Amino acid sequence: MCLGVPGKVLSISDDGMSAQVDFFGVQKELRLDIVDVPVTVGDYVLNHVGFAIRRIPPEEVGETLALFDQILKEAAAGDLMAEDVRGEMAAGKDAGVGESGRG
Amino acid sequence: MASPFDELKFRDPERARALTGALQREVDAAGRTLSLMHVCGSHEQAIARFGLRAAFPRNLDVIMGPGCPVCVTDTPEVDEAVALAAQGARVCTYGDMLRLPGNSKSLADAQSDGGNVEVVYSVSQAVDLARQHPAEQVVFFASGFETTAVATAAVLLSGVPENFSVLSAHKYVPAAMDVVSEMKETNIEGFIAAGHAATITGWGIFEPFAARTRTPVVVAGFEPLDVLAAVLELVRLVRAGRPEVVNCYPRCVSKEGNGPALEKLWKVFDVAGGNWRGIARVPRGNLELRPEWDHVNARRRFRIDTAAVGGSSRNVLAEHCICGTIMSGLARPSDCPLFGKECRPDAPVGACMVSSEGSCKIWHVYGGPPDLREVA
Repeated sequence: MCLGVPGKVLSISDDGMSAQVDFFGVQKELRLDIVDVPVTVGDYVLNHVGFAIRRIPPEEVGETLALFDQILKEAAAGDLMAEDVRGEMAAGKDAGVGESGRG
Repeated sequence: MASPFDELKFRDPERARALTGALQREVDAAGRTLSLMHVCGSHEQAIARFGLRAAFPRNLDVIMGPGCPVCVTDTPEVDEAVALAAQGARVCTYGDMLRLPGNSKSLADAQSDGGNVEVVYSVSQAVDLARQHPAEQVVFFASGFETTAVATAAVLLSGVPENFSVLSAHKYVPAAMDVVSEMKETNIEGFIAAGHAATITGWGIFEPFAARTRTPVVVAGFEPLDVLAAVLELVRLVRAGRPEVVNCYPRCVSKEGNGPALEKLWKVFDVAGGNWRGIARVPRGNLELRPEWDHVNARRRFRIDTAAVGGSSRNVLAEHCICGTIMSGLARPSDCPLFGKECRPDAPVGACMVSSEGSCKIWHVYGGPPDLREVA
């Protein structure tokens, strides 16, 4: 019941309340009551118990991978530096990160 | 053109090796055993299915906490659903609720007794059933965290037939972390927060928790790289002594969450204290229908006679169940004397063996402890 699955919007009903969505070859009708922003055909949405709960912006998939690479880079940097220097750098670096999606 | 959601991107072995290597170095540098907790059955699924425990450093424990809403559904809540079926209502629920034991019966037992119990994929199917059977009372036994509760809220707000009502066993995720952090015996140093609950609530909701408990929180997705990157980031925050919230699942989670969904959720539900199976009374742990929804609240609409279905009988086997200790991170499924013997997926004693999101069921399905280091 807790599973969230991404799928591609194939068509939207005339009243705009539901969409036909493809999940890796399985098609299902999803309700659009609680999706965060309006969706159009071709969009990817996250499905939860028959409801689209988020439109997934394609560019953010790339951003997630870039985030993983950044974490790796920071971890590797930490490996080579003295602990106190690393702490200072991390504090400085993270101060500006708050709103950029990393948290 | 390849889909941007080609999930293999998040299963890339090269990145996975780099992440596990970095994780090993971080944990080695910490020089002690670190215990982290995730609070989502889907994370345990990902960890077990992809064999990630084998890739974690030996002195890193990643424990599943009370992160399965089915598992923490209390026995009296199941008794209510069983009683409603016995009283003639058509009870609809999600599939993983069917075998969840009440004091003496599950909904599967109620079905065998001739009760009208139906598994639905979505709450909207339950509403459709109510429309198709206007002469019957259709009760949706609603479980799940806030991600699932918004779906229940949405159908109520869009209008339901008069013969439809809701028996809410919805739970509230942030309460799960509060419970564990307040246990004196626990030594959890960081939390991995459930990505899909955070899709609705936003990661900002964890900031007061991190500040109050001085414990870092990382929001994670469910692919192998999502989990590995989140664990690495969390270990780094623990080592640096930084009780912050970091979002490692930006493709689905924002700081504010899904505004329209949250608005619907709080229009229909309110948080209330409730008992979580095997754990304790959890302040703000349950999502209850607000008083203005009394007309669709099965607890208000019907006189529910749980005593008639053994709601007050004593289950001797269940007294040996350690699900509560497991969900608190103080024991592993294999520590339970009933695990795989009296308690199995086909005959669950404890709640953790029932749901595909329960840690005992996951460990049972993936061959006992899904930790390849133990057989290496």
